[in-house]
Amino acid sequence: MDIKGRKITLHDMSLRDGMHPKRHQLTVEQMKSVAMALDDAGMPLIEITHGDGLGGASINYGFARHSDQEYLKAVVPHLKRSKVSVLSLPGIGTLDDLKMAVDCGASTVRIATHCTEADVSQQHIGISVKLGVDTVGFLMMAHMIEPDALVKQAKLMEGYGANCIYVTDSAGHMLPGDVTARIAAVRAALDSKTELGFHAHHNLGMSIANSIAAVEAGANRIDASVAGLGAGAGNTPMEVLVTVLHQLGADTGVDLYKIMDVAEDLIIPLMDQPIRIDRDSLILGYAGVYSSFLLFAKRAADRYGLSSRDILVEMGRRKTVGGQEDMIEDVALDMARERNEGKRKTA
Amino acid sequence: MKIKVAIVGSGNIGTDLLYKAKRSTLIEPVWMVGIDPNSDGLKRARDMGLKTTHEGVDGLVPHMEADQIKIVFDATSAYVHAENSRKVNEKGALMIDLTPAAIGPFCVPPVNLMDHVGKNEQNVNMVSCGAQATVPMVAAVSRVQPLEYAEIVATVASKSIGPGTRQNIDEFTRTTSSAVQKVGGAKRGKAIIIINPAEPPIMMRDTVHCLTETEPRKDEIIESVHAMLKEIQKYVPGYQLKNGPVFDGRRVSTFMEVEGLGDYLPKYAGNLDIMTAAALRTAEMFAENMLSGKSQPARAA
Repeated sequence: MDIKGRKITLHDMSLRDGMHPKRHQLTVEQMKSVAMALDDAGMPLIEITHGDGLGGASINYGFARHSDQEYLKAVVPHLKRSKVSVLSLPGIGTLDDLKMAVDCGASTVRIATHCTEADVSQQHIGISVKLGVDTVGFLMMAHMIEPDALVKQAKLMEGYGANCIYVTDSAGHMLPGDVTARIAAVRAALDSKTELGFHAHHNLGMSIANSIAAVEAGANRIDASVAGLGAGAGNTPMEVLVTVLHQLGADTGVDLYKIMDVAEDLIIPLMDQPIRIDRDSLILGYAGVYSSFLLFAKRAADRYGLSSRDILVEMGRRKTVGGQEDMIEDVALDMARERNEGKRKTA
Repeated sequence: MKIKVAIVGSGNIGTDLLYKAKRSTLIEPVWMVGIDPNSDGLKRARDMGLKTTHEGVDGLVPHMEADQIKIVFDATSAYVHAENSRKVNEKGALMIDLTPAAIGPFCVPPVNLMDHVGKNEQNVNMVSCGAQATVPMVAAVSRVQPLEYAEIVATVASKSIGPGTRQNIDEFTRTTSSAVQKVGGAKRGKAIIIINPAEPPIMMRDTVHCLTETEPRKDEIIESVHAMLKEIQKYVPGYQLKNGPVFDGRRVSTFMEVEGLGDYLPKYAGNLDIMTAAALRTAEMFAENMLSGKSQPARAA
């Protein structure tokens, strides 16, 4: 599908996925200033919640500095054009959380499940449709199943009432061919009125190429994050994506210079560490592991004197899915015990 | 002499419960109730010599007095439970609720079963698989010292989660977090459920994170957790402490795995097994009390 002249809806992740590398500690002021700058740059959609979505505040995923409600209430009234979206994973977020977010002015709700478990989204998609908001089904870790299997799951979400379906590369494992195959298959199977979206992580350095592949195959909503602020090696860097899409002649409505400035002047200074493809993020992509495990693995590695790469590879071997952060300490404890037993044997 | 019981619901849970009840020295399953005459559960029950009906609880009620049914398990759905319970209570029998209806008090055997027996409750609710697997460990820490907060993460095999739970996922999070507080004893509670589709299916995994109000009393907590583990293993032999308790500041974390007995359900479905095992345990404790003559379920007024 030719990109020239096509309208692409960009969706900024820096204030949601970007909460992962910030350990969910963004202040209300930081959220507000970034969101207002994005608004000024013409960003159509901005996602705001805890990194793990509504209700993510927990020991398991980390407590955010403020509640989802506090962030939403602080940001929404200051936006002139940008709309606000929220993410929710059934099993973590609840219907009450969804209602709260919509009350606070969120107009897009994204219901996320593992790519094989779409039927868990029925209740939450149903409520979002009833609340009259833009309702998105978000199929995570989509590299783990073949395109035809993914189509079945996408159709379930569409059947529950979602008006947009996302193929989500949570592990940053896909290559452009994988994206093309999945988006094209889903595009062919769904109603032509149903929008398609794509969400990438940059763990293998493929996020821009993958996003362009998604657009070419029929996706028209693309997630990206200013300066890449997101889990793992970050999301698709927004300012780069905007530049490439402009070069290809797509219509994003986002101001090129202004989005570059948000990245340079606002996001880079608030990073706790550079968002780059370090050896751990590279392993996330290679082993197909959920990107937000990164910092948890690093912390467990420090605490138990292990290699974070070994922990992440073991998480992949155990076929963990998004949300299983608790397994990281569990795995680390197993590995530390095995190491100690090994030492005792050789001693 | 054994206390005679009936099982309403001939699906996976009801049938697994039947296998366990057949082994009991305290209760004897007499009736199996379904709604589908061709269901595998009813067939198996007939083969084991039980009386069966496919006319739902109404097919059972007229026979309850003659067959001296004193305890009924409901393994149907939350939508019909209240009505089932009313009918069964009218016949003077105790109702053990395995649905998420929760019209009676939460029952987590190693924590509060004996209180319910003492109060001669007529309807007790088994909460959720996640609660049965985790609330005892919350209670094991909270009986040592006050908990500001507790959070449980239950990870289950995709194949072990039926359409009912999937369509009503919030019921799980809501009732389980409520039990973490009310039964587990934490001031605030949270429950998270993760569904994992890996093949071969994973065993149920449960993580319990507690935040103590003051510095954790480590030795007492370790002792309490291990004592609780032994209590649970009395009726769920495949319940294991994989790691922990881990202490990190005021955080106390335990990591469990639940392997089922593999009676009717596969072994990986420890989440379903722990429900049927807990329900059986509940019936047995009430039965023991009935047999000792301390109590008879009171007739509803």
